[in-house]
Amino acid sequence: MGMAAAESQFHVLAVDDSIIDRKLIERLLRTSSYQVTTVDSGSKALEFLGLRENENTNPSTPSVSPNNNHQEVEVNLVITDYCMPGMTGYDLLKKIKESSSLRNIPVVIMSSENVPSRISRCLEEGAEEFFLKPVRLSDLNKLKPHMKKTKSKEQRQVTAEEIENSQVLQHQTQQILQNDQQQAPKPQDPQPDSESRPQQTIEQQQQSLQQANNNKRKTMEQGLSPETDRTRPRYSGIATVV
Amino acid sequence: MLGFGADLLWADMNRLLAFLFHQGVLDEQFLQLQQLQDEASPNFVSEVVNIYFHESEKLLNNLRGLLMERELSDYKKMGIHLNQFMGSSSSIGAKRVTNICVAFRAATDQSNRAGCLRALEMLEHEYCYLKNKLHELFQIEQQRALVAGVRYPVQNQ
Repeated sequence: MGMAAAESQFHVLAVDDSIIDRKLIERLLRTSSYQVTTVDSGSKALEFLGLRENENTNPSTPSVSPNNNHQEVEVNLVITDYCMPGMTGYDLLKKIKESSSLRNIPVVIMSSENVPSRISRCLEEGAEEFFLKPVRLSDLNKLKPHMKKTKSKEQRQVTAEEIENSQVLQHQTQQILQNDQQQAPKPQDPQPDSESRPQQTIEQQQQSLQQANNNKRKTMEQGLSPETDRTRPRYSGIATVV
Repeated sequence: MLGFGADLLWADMNRLLAFLFHQGVLDEQFLQLQQLQDEASPNFVSEVVNIYFHESEKLLNNLRGLLMERELSDYKKMGIHLNQFMGSSSSIGAKRVTNICVAFRAATDQSNRAGCLRALEMLEHEYCYLKNKLHELFQIEQQRALVAGVRYPVQNQ
């Protein structure tokens, strides 16, 4: 699992107290070719990640001590609902980012409510993305760049911050791509497959990251209306009969 | 002849779906569910919807119980149930049910008993309607699968 960088099977931990949403997110993630584990609470998520409140390791569970860098169960991304009884998604996010062993795992928050203050709080705390529910397949396309970030630190891969800050790098990437296209005119896939060259991956990362940033902003802009717009007005033209 | 039957059923199914969309009973999210169904998960939609029915009936019972209490109704608890109901309804694309939950929740926020009672009645009615329609949809789909199965026997390996 995950030792060969080429054929990457990413493992996502999905956290949601709603059984329907768990089933949905699991199917969405599997359709996107990710390995999935679902749990129904933040505390179970932390257990699975190998971090415990009292830091005692229980021999019966597959957890490792927080000091160990190599987790038995490698998790490349945590996607969690915001509103959960007990530990909220925000609490879980904080705990992960406060842990030395887990803080590099990207965290994505999902919520059925579009509350700008909630969104900015989560992003400030280190969440990579904030998805409005119901989550769709197209949302999940934004996940790959975040997972690649953690998976291949040893490789010459560029992180989101570096891409945003560096114009020079962008220019160089375009040049490499032009040369690359001349050699082998492969049509650009939306999803990089196992034989993807580093240059292609970087450009696609750029695109998805730009999209992600645009959508992050978009989410916040949408939420500026005073009422919490519960239902997204996606299906225009349908008479709303209540 | 059998192929013709399958096509008719397909048309029936689409007509029912179009009707439900037009009425606002279902929204785009239901289509998303259907798109997630494939050979790997051939019964995905009905599985999810059946879980939804099971959960919803529990929630409706809880809501009715809370509202019928002689003493002070626990509006906060009702709100929590409604959040759940709203979330799951939205997740399967049950638009009208979701909208009634929103109105219902507003009534609980104001501790408006009369408003809550009205909303509960509407919710139960709407949920019933949705359940019947979805059952109808699944029936047509089952028939279509049967007929299509007869028309297309096991393909040669």
